[in-house]
Amino acid sequence: MAAGSTIDALGQFELHPVLGGLGEALRFSQSPLMMIVASVAVLAFLYIGMRPRAVVPGRLQAAAEICYDFIHNMAVDTIGPEGRAFFPFVFTLFFFILAGNYLGLLPFSFAFTSHVAVTVALALMVFVLSVIVSLKAQGAKFFAHFMPAGAPVALAPLLVPIEILSFLSRPVSLSIRLFANMVAGHVMLEMFAAFTIMLAGLGLIGDALAVGPVVINVALMALELLVGALQAYVFAILTCIYLREAVAH
Amino acid sequence: MARSAASSIRRVASLATPLALALPVMVMAAPGARAVGMPQLDFANPLVIGQVVWGAVIFLVLYLLLSRSALPKVEAVLTSRRQTIDNDLDIARHAKAEADSAVDELHQARRTAMAEAQANVDKVIEDARLAALRQTQEMNARLATEIHEAEARVASARSAALGSLRQIADDTAQVLVRQITGTSVPADVVARTVDHAATARGL
Repeated sequence: MAAGSTIDALGQFELHPVLGGLGEALRFSQSPLMMIVASVAVLAFLYIGMRPRAVVPGRLQAAAEICYDFIHNMAVDTIGPEGRAFFPFVFTLFFFILAGNYLGLLPFSFAFTSHVAVTVALALMVFVLSVIVSLKAQGAKFFAHFMPAGAPVALAPLLVPIEILSFLSRPVSLSIRLFANMVAGHVMLEMFAAFTIMLAGLGLIGDALAVGPVVINVALMALELLVGALQAYVFAILTCIYLREAVAH
Repeated sequence: MARSAASSIRRVASLATPLALALPVMVMAAPGARAVGMPQLDFANPLVIGQVVWGAVIFLVLYLLLSRSALPKVEAVLTSRRQTIDNDLDIARHAKAEADSAVDELHQARRTAMAEAQANVDKVIEDARLAALRQTQEMNARLATEIHEAEARVASARSAALGSLRQIADDTAQVLVRQITGTSVPADVVARTVDHAATARGL
């Protein structure tokens, strides 16, 4: 919110307990609330969309089927035949993040993907899953990946730490990318909205000029719709790539 | 594409890692800045970690509901549609095969009928030819018999005529000799002379 001449672009990310004292006791803020809303929206979309069970689908059913096919193809094409087992996980991940990103664009709402704790948790979940799958599928051979095939043995002291660092940085980049994108988008929306309010305080000329940031915010909203879908897609496709490497022999 | 994505993520990761390592350090180094810093890094606020715990529970519930109930529903519809389409295609293929075999049968029947009809026509023509031939032969035979009979009649009439010719020649010769010479010649001399003359003339 714009307070006087300063712009508080980060205040929108503050967490407040909902449901009063009960929320405070349960550490229940608007962030988990929006997670529940997102989950319910995804489930409602599928349940209501698939209720006709029609051979020739209507619009909503076609949309639900397209979503299913989209993630199913992504999982199976990227991971391979083993991808069928991970399809529900990738589906959950993609639509949890997508719904979170899009819900955050609604007024008076909150984007839980703009919290690094949430994105790190999601990324660590993917990372731990891929490590477990790797160890299960490849056993001790998994560690051989840290030494690139065909590289001179003399370079091992240099290459192996680099490979390990690059492997360990996966969850970091995965989480920071989503977090930073969402924060940046919401900060920009807040900044231009604050410009409008500040310009409106300058009288008649300000009123006219204040239209500018509104127009920019409309464009930014379109950009954020793109970014929200893109980041969910990137998160899901990278998860698929990590799992592909995990199941590959 | 996957390879380039993997390499690009490595590049981004190599940039992001120092930043990620630096962020908590910066926050910890400047505890006073926490109030004006990013609320996301205010880990003293129990709500920040609380949302992770809640997030884990909500994500797990969403995953279970999706994987056990919602996604199988979608899959069931897609599978049943695929089966319906496959069944319909099978039925269509079956119907086409039946139609094809019916057409083949029809052609076969037509060919058979044509061959039978041709055989019948050939047989009728052959019969007619044989009948005509037989009739012609009968006619020829009858005509030959009649000709033969007629020839026999002609021959008998001729021989009869020739037989009386000798008598007439004998009588005529006797009369001529008597009238010319005025004498009567014995009948057997006349007969012998006429006979001789007739033989000389080939009669």
